[in-house]
Parts: sequence; structure tokens; C-alpha cells
Amino acid sequence: MATAEVEHTARTLADHLPVLQILVPFVAAPLIVLFGNRALAWPLAFIASAIAFVISCLLLAQVIDGGFISYAIGGWAPPLGIEYRVDATNALLLFLISGISTVALPYAFTSIRSEVPKRNHTLFYACYMLCFTGLLGVVITGDAFNVFVFLEISSLSTYVLVAQGAGRDKRALTAAYDYLIMGTIGATFFVIGLGMLYMSTGTLNMADLADRIADQGGNRTIRAAFAFIVVGMGLKVALMPLHLWLPNAYTFAPSAVTVFLAATSTKAAVYVLLRFMFSVYQPPFVFEVNTLYFIFIPFALLAMFVASFVAVFQSDFKRMLAYSSIAQIGYMLLGIAMLNTSGLTATVVHMFNHGITKGVLFMGVGALVLRAGSSFYDSIAGLGRRMPLTGAAIVVGGLSLIGVPGTAGFVSKWMLVQAAFENGFWWIAILVVLSSLLAVAYVWRVFEVIYLKEPAADAPRGDPPLPMLIPMLILAGACLWFGIDTQLTIGAAHTAAESLLEGSFGMAPSAAAVTETLGH
Amino acid sequence: MAVKSGTEPAVASHIFDWDFVFGHANYWLFIVLMMTGLYIVVARGNLVKKIVGLNIFQVAVFMLYISIGKVTGGTAPIFPLDMKVDPTVVYSNPLPHVLILTAIVVGIATTSLGLALIVRIKEAFDTIEEDELLLIERKLTAADNREHGPAMGGRA
Repeated sequence: MATAEVEHTARTLADHLPVLQILVPFVAAPLIVLFGNRALAWPLAFIASAIAFVISCLLLAQVIDGGFISYAIGGWAPPLGIEYRVDATNALLLFLISGISTVALPYAFTSIRSEVPKRNHTLFYACYMLCFTGLLGVVITGDAFNVFVFLEISSLSTYVLVAQGAGRDKRALTAAYDYLIMGTIGATFFVIGLGMLYMSTGTLNMADLADRIADQGGNRTIRAAFAFIVVGMGLKVALMPLHLWLPNAYTFAPSAVTVFLAATSTKAAVYVLLRFMFSVYQPPFVFEVNTLYFIFIPFALLAMFVASFVAVFQSDFKRMLAYSSIAQIGYMLLGIAMLNTSGLTATVVHMFNHGITKGVLFMGVGALVLRAGSSFYDSIAGLGRRMPLTGAAIVVGGLSLIGVPGTAGFVSKWMLVQAAFENGFWWIAILVVLSSLLAVAYVWRVFEVIYLKEPAADAPRGDPPLPMLIPMLILAGACLWFGIDTQLTIGAAHTAAESLLEGSFGMAPSAAAVTETLGH
Repeated sequence: MAVKSGTEPAVASHIFDWDFVFGHANYWLFIVLMMTGLYIVVARGNLVKKIVGLNIFQVAVFMLYISIGKVTGGTAPIFPLDMKVDPTVVYSNPLPHVLILTAIVVGIATTSLGLALIVRIKEAFDTIEEDELLLIERKLTAADNREHGPAMGGRA
């Protein structure tokens, strides 16, 4: 290798965007700790997050019409070295994660000051940056083991972030502990699955894995690996019977953390599931050999109904939204199980739309908590009248959660119903509508509480400070914007769905030749 | 299937293929350890014991990976200094070891974070037994119900 004369090709900064996407927030985390200055922590985190957001926009613009960018870390060619691979699916997710993070940070600035002890602030932002890096890394990488490493980076920092809620309610600690136990079991299952894949294929690069699995067909090791990976990621996704960590973690975490987690972390896990099911294992393998049809659809429907039903009977706004999140995961899995372009488009679009919808709702909760001290329905009664803009943002988010036309939520549910009809599953379309009615019930209860109840005489007055209000309004605006102008979301999601259904892109051209000689 | 030679005993006549069973001893141990660890996590009520169980569970996976890396008859994958590699020498696969180094680091981070959380739980709840914690949490929820429930039909 070293003897051959290699022509030097100059690389510009633009060629290194995929790795900068990860490196900028990753370097920000230790910098925050090294400076150790509370005043510097937030600006550093915000700048890193904003840079990551700009990079994700540039990446999305490059791949929105199809194709992919393959980046070899350290110049080691993909099948052996670690590859970062950006296509429409993960570019949209990178855009969502870095966008939410950039919007959530100004919100966190005020919210965290009232909810987390002062001495923890510097380390809080360091952990936040690590969590952010981990989520971006999970999404961007094209190497299966690298997914595990980034997953653990994001999970470990998430446990810390959740535990920061202990200042307000000590149950945050046990919630974080439970999440740690279940998250680690999930991640370890995932690693066992990867081990089995490596055992039978001898590679860890996703595209290379896909080629070799296609060559080998399904032997028992590969099938067992699939089961381990799906169960492991199912725990991280909070797939209905594996969702137990989620309600407490979301309820007791600080508001800003819940905003960030609810909008991004389960979505990243759904993405990994998508990637493994469609790019590593090919669709015919997943659905004909293992008949996932009969596993995913029932669990998705169960999540849609049981979790929504539980949400109706909550009397804590934040906990209600946590259960609603589990139900919304059901829609995403249902889209996957439809196994057609519309279904996958629905899943990818819903990941994005639900991210911004839950973002605005949890921000609303945080604003109410800031003023009223808790998010129980009786303490926030009538506050919609006292905090008009917060109330308006919650209404927009609530309508989007139901899926009212003109909001982002409608777009993804419409795609889902369309996908069900394309498959001839009219009963699933009816069930989607029925479960949306449950959403009407639980969202209406919130509207009733914050608008129709009389506020207490000593109820707080006025919207939260601007750093919290502006992010909330931006996301509420996004809920409306992406409900009307669907070019960006549906466009990217459609490209993503088509490329996912086609299966793997295979290796990048130079490496493909090598694989070709090994294969067929 | 290949025709069996006279010296080799007919495998089909035995219920177990003992060579297979003993040849994969480390894989059997992996399964035993993995299930032991998972069982401890689920069955033990003490939070520290749960972390120990989690450790055993993770270490079992390390064993699986290291077993994968072994090539029969292979030696340690260290090339001679002059890089003149003798093609007849069989080397074991070093990659799983490297992967497991990363996984060990992750395992240590998880353990230390878990233990740190336990210390904080002990400070806040004054116990690390799961059943007592559940009892305390149930009381807290009941208190929430009393405080916030009546307005919402008695449940919180």
C-alpha cells in the first residue's frame, strides 16, 4: 500500500463536514470542563450547537435529492476503517437533533437556573454536549460497533442529565437508576447482536455487512443477531412492552432535559432500528423470513392505544406527555411495518414532526413549572389566561399532537393512513383515527385546565422570560410551518424512504470492487 | 456430507457430539454467565447487587467477543519487526480484543455512574433496597394524589 504513488488530493473544509459535525460538540464538552467557568459554559455549548446546526443544514442540502456522502475517518478506507455515511435519512435526523439542541439551549439557560443547583451548571452543559455528540454520532456513523460506542456516550450522559432533576424531586434519582439498568441491558443486547453478526460475516461496516448477509442468506447466527439487535434497540426506543423506563425519566428530569430527550433520543434509536432493518438486513429478509409483520404491528397498535389510554387518566401534564410519547413511538413503528414508501416516509416524517411537537409541548410544561412550581393540573389551572403566549404555544403543540390539518402532526398521520390504504389495511387506518381520538381526549383535558378553569387568586402572571419564550414560539411556528410547507420534510423523507426500501447502497465504489470479488 | 473414515466414531449414534460440546466450552460459559448476570439484575432487590449482576452480564459479552477472535492454532497477532510476515504462520484475530477494550471502558463508566447514583439514592432515600424504595415512592405518589388529586377526580 505504502509503495504505490498516491496522488495527493487537496481536501477543503467542506469535505470534512461529516466529521466536524461530531467533533465540534465533542470538543466543546471537555473545553467546558477545562474552563470550569459557569459564565463560559453556556456560550460555549450554544456556539458548538449552532455550528453543528449549520453543518447539518449543509449536509442535508447535499443529500436531499438522493445519493450519499461517504467519509473515511482518519483516511482509513471503509470496510476496515470507520466510515461516516450521510444520506437523506440521517441528514434529516442530524438536522432535527442539532436544530432542537440549538433551540433548547437558550431555553435551558433560564430553565436550568431555576431547577438545577448552581454548582452543577458547568458540568450540566458538558454532559449536555456529550449527550448531543452521542446522538449525532449514532445517526451519522456507518459502522455498526461505532453505533454502540456513540449510543453509550449519549446514554451515560442522559442518565446524569435525568438525575439532575433530584433538586426538585428525589424520585429523579431512582428514575435515572432504572433507566441506567434498562438502558445498559438494551445496549448489551445490541452488542451481543453485533458480536454474532461479526462472527458470521467478519465485518462491522454496515454496507459491507449488508453485502455479506445478502450473499450468505439467513443462517441461524444472523437471525439470532437480528433478534438481539431488535430487542436491544427496542429498549432504547421504548417499544411498548419495553417502555417502563420512559415515564419516570421524562417526568422527573429537569424541563430542559425532557425537551431535548423527548425530541431527539428515542428518534435516534428509531433511526438505528430503521438502519439495521433496511440497510443492514434487507427488507425481504426482515419481513418474509422473520415475519416481523406479525410482531411490529400488534406492538405498535398496543402502544398507540394502551399508552394513549393511560395518558388520558394522568393528572400531571408532564407525565401525560411522557405516555403520549410512547403512543407516538407506536405510529413510527407502524409506519415501518407498512413496508411501503408511504409508510417509511410517514415514519421518517413523524420522527421529525413529533420531535418539534413534543419539543414545544415540553417547553410549555417547563414554562408552567417555572411560574407555578409544578405541572399538576390543579396547580396550572387557568394559567393559559395568565400566560397568553405560553398558552398559545401549548395549543399549537396540542393540535399538532392530535394531528389537526394545518399542523405538522397532520402531515405524518395522513401519510400513515395513506400507507395503510396502499397495503389494503383499511382497519389500521381506522385504528389510527381512533387512537387520534384518544389524543383529542388527553389534549382537550389540558386545554380545559389551562383555559376554562378559573385561575387561583394568587396565580402567577405573565409569560416566562424571553430566553424561554422565544425558543417555544420558534418551535410552535415550526409546527405550523411544517404543517403547511412540507417540501423539506416530505421531500427528504421520501428520498429517505425510497433509498431505505432499495436496501443498502453497497460499499462506496472503490471498495465495492473488492467486495464484488469476494462475493457472488 | 463427507463419508466417515473408519477411525472416526459415527457421530449420529451419540446423542451429544462431545467434541462439539467441549470444543465450545467458552460459548457455553458465556451463556451461563450472561443468564446469571441478567437473573441477578432482575431478581435481586439490592441496588449494588443489581450493578454486580449487570457487570457479570457485560463481562459475559466480553468473553463472547474474545472467543470469536481465537483462530484455531493461531498465535498472538504481533508481526515481526522487519514486517516480513511468514504467510504460513496463523495469527489470531486482534479486532474483537480492540472492540472489547472499548466495551470494557463503557462497562467501567456504567458501573461508576451506577454506584454514584446509588450513593445519591442512599443520601436521599436512606435505603438502597428496591422494595423499600418502592414503598417510599408509593407514599410520595399517594401524597401527590392527596394534594393534587381531588380537583382531577381523585387520581394523580
